[in-house]
Amino acid sequence: MPVYLDHAASTPMREVAIEAMRPFLDTTYANPAGAHRFARRARKAVDEARDEIAQAIGCDPGEVIFTGGGTEADNATILGATRMHGGVAVCSAAEHHAVLHCVEHTRGPIVGTTATGSIDLEHLERVLRDRSIDISVVSVMAVNNEVGTITPMRKVAALVREHRPNAILHCDAVQAACWLDLREVSPLVDSIALSAHKFGGPKGVGVMTLSGGKRVEPLILGGGQERDRRSGTHNVPGIVAAAAALRATDAERASEVARLGVLSRQLEQGIVEKVGEATVTVPADQRVPGVIHMCFSGVESEALLFLLDEADVCASAASACASGAMSPSHVLAAMGVSNSLIRGALRMSIGHTTTQDDIDRAIDVVSSAVLRLRAR
Amino acid sequence: MKVLVAMSGGVDSSVAAAELIAQGHEVVGVTMRLWGGESDTGCCSVSDVDDARRVAQQLGIDHLVFNFQDDFDAKVVNPYVSAHVDGLTPNPCIECNRHLKFDRLSERARLLGFDAVATGHHARIEPDDDGLLRVTRGADAAKDQSYVVHMLDEQELGYTLFPVGGMTKAEVRERASRLGLRTAAKPDSQDVCFISRTGGRESFLGKRIEFRSAPVVDAAGNETGRVEAVELVTIGQRKGLGLAGGSPKKYVVDVDPRVPLVRVGDEHELLCDSLEIADVVWAHQSDIDRLSRVGDVLVQSSAHGEAKPAVAVPLPNGRVAVRWLEAQRRIAPGQSVVLYDVTNNWVIAGGIACAG
Repeated sequence: MPVYLDHAASTPMREVAIEAMRPFLDTTYANPAGAHRFARRARKAVDEARDEIAQAIGCDPGEVIFTGGGTEADNATILGATRMHGGVAVCSAAEHHAVLHCVEHTRGPIVGTTATGSIDLEHLERVLRDRSIDISVVSVMAVNNEVGTITPMRKVAALVREHRPNAILHCDAVQAACWLDLREVSPLVDSIALSAHKFGGPKGVGVMTLSGGKRVEPLILGGGQERDRRSGTHNVPGIVAAAAALRATDAERASEVARLGVLSRQLEQGIVEKVGEATVTVPADQRVPGVIHMCFSGVESEALLFLLDEADVCASAASACASGAMSPSHVLAAMGVSNSLIRGALRMSIGHTTTQDDIDRAIDVVSSAVLRLRAR
Repeated sequence: MKVLVAMSGGVDSSVAAAELIAQGHEVVGVTMRLWGGESDTGCCSVSDVDDARRVAQQLGIDHLVFNFQDDFDAKVVNPYVSAHVDGLTPNPCIECNRHLKFDRLSERARLLGFDAVATGHHARIEPDDDGLLRVTRGADAAKDQSYVVHMLDEQELGYTLFPVGGMTKAEVRERASRLGLRTAAKPDSQDVCFISRTGGRESFLGKRIEFRSAPVVDAAGNETGRVEAVELVTIGQRKGLGLAGGSPKKYVVDVDPRVPLVRVGDEHELLCDSLEIADVVWAHQSDIDRLSRVGDVLVQSSAHGEAKPAVAVPLPNGRVAVRWLEAQRRIAPGQSVVLYDVTNNWVIAGGIACAG
């Protein structure tokens, strides 16, 4: 069995989610918008899934909108807000491209980050104070997908509410669901984006929430599903499985954070001890347990990933472009990490299936690969 | 052996991979991501990477993508631009082979424990009469690429494989089609990958350097025309010089980018009987001695040009002086010049044509 250290890219589906979706692939296949018993059965499943998801997020079920993924949820909120209200969007330079490219598309300002990848609050405040910029939406990730940094959302929210009470505060919480209680995040913001396959659900299912008073222009027009906010036939099996996965994630969160917190520190310290020169990108107390990010001077990520892959360890470096080539990380660049360290970046992300054995093997394999590449 | 095969998404490298598998090697495919800017030539495009990946999947081997964009910019694109500023005529595809395929990639392959790097070039690596490995002309004379891979030195010769070098292009396509590879009928790439077909060299360079206009003068120094961009003028050129119509044919015989100035003359002024080559790469260091004793060689100065007889003399400064047996048209400075043995089969050395 390979050691899978790429949970932040996609975490294995939870058994409960697979079981939950099976009947809707098999016997309960109807379109939930139909006017017959099969349809009503599917409709009930979607309604119940919506309730469960709302419960885990801490919002009203009417505020939950199902999408085709986290990227769509971010796009729908950011572009939908600027289309409806005019103006531009704002985000930090360390956001996921699903947000960053939307903000760039609106020609909105990009705020700098701290050395640990969190949004620079002083810079944000300067932008928010600048009355020459018409801001309709501010988008801030709860947890950074590459380096795992947790954003101080309370401080961000306070600034946005003080200076731009009418702007929509959007939170890309795609990497947060496994680590943060979403009920503590949702009251601070107007909208949240989630992606089911990051918490044990299937790919191609996302959730966006939009609090009662806020409106955005729909991105996808058609049959008027999701109260005209997102058209398209419901992905019933996906939605049902997403709800089952989020329920399980929510129930296990506290114990998993504790368990994986220990493993995460072991992994980090174990590698540092064995390879000597390694830069831990974000200190453990500022990041989620799931993402362990390190940079190795004198090592190239592409070469390192190849050796890890050969030794059955799956990890990642940064996001890949359409060709599959690894691009130098824009997150690390925003944090001011030197180019030589960016070239040697490694992201190891752990999750609900990670075991002590995985960590022990990963420490051995990663450190010997780094040492081998440095020996040449 | 464990072999890393560079797969561009074309038919030659597809068949090279298939051939290595058939020979029983452990094969991994890799596509190098080199050019990150705009392009419409298809090379380095996502669809080429798709083709390479799909072929690898068909063949049941792993496929990787290495991002060498920074190296490509530093070693190929930027020198290409500055060569034009210096009035040279560079060959970027050769520099890409030199610095990317047979340096950066082979270095990476060694680091990762591969025993050899393979490409789909139509050339061979074979022992000469003395048993020394040499880049050898490909079996398909019309497709021979020994000129563009001439720079392999002793170390790289022993680490490189050209699995389709012994086949004709028709055989390569036939094999690809027999294996059902999706690249079987894909046209050969012709162009420099980072220069767009629509904009061409002029548009590419125009975005990176400021063109300088220059007078075109005859042998007596009289101005007979003008060019808008001295950087785009090449020795031997006879169009686009702003010369009056109806006058006898004139050719560029000299470009001085420092003045800047373009000098034109009659065709015979292009002829010369000698040439100096710099940045020489020898297949074997022993060739320097050998050539010092008997310098008879054949010299090729373009990808599909004819190799012409000459005597080559290694100079103390590391360059090589070439004396043609029959006067030849001047070779534009910056072009690659490759020395073959008198049987026109084996590469002895290669370098860059010097100015003057």
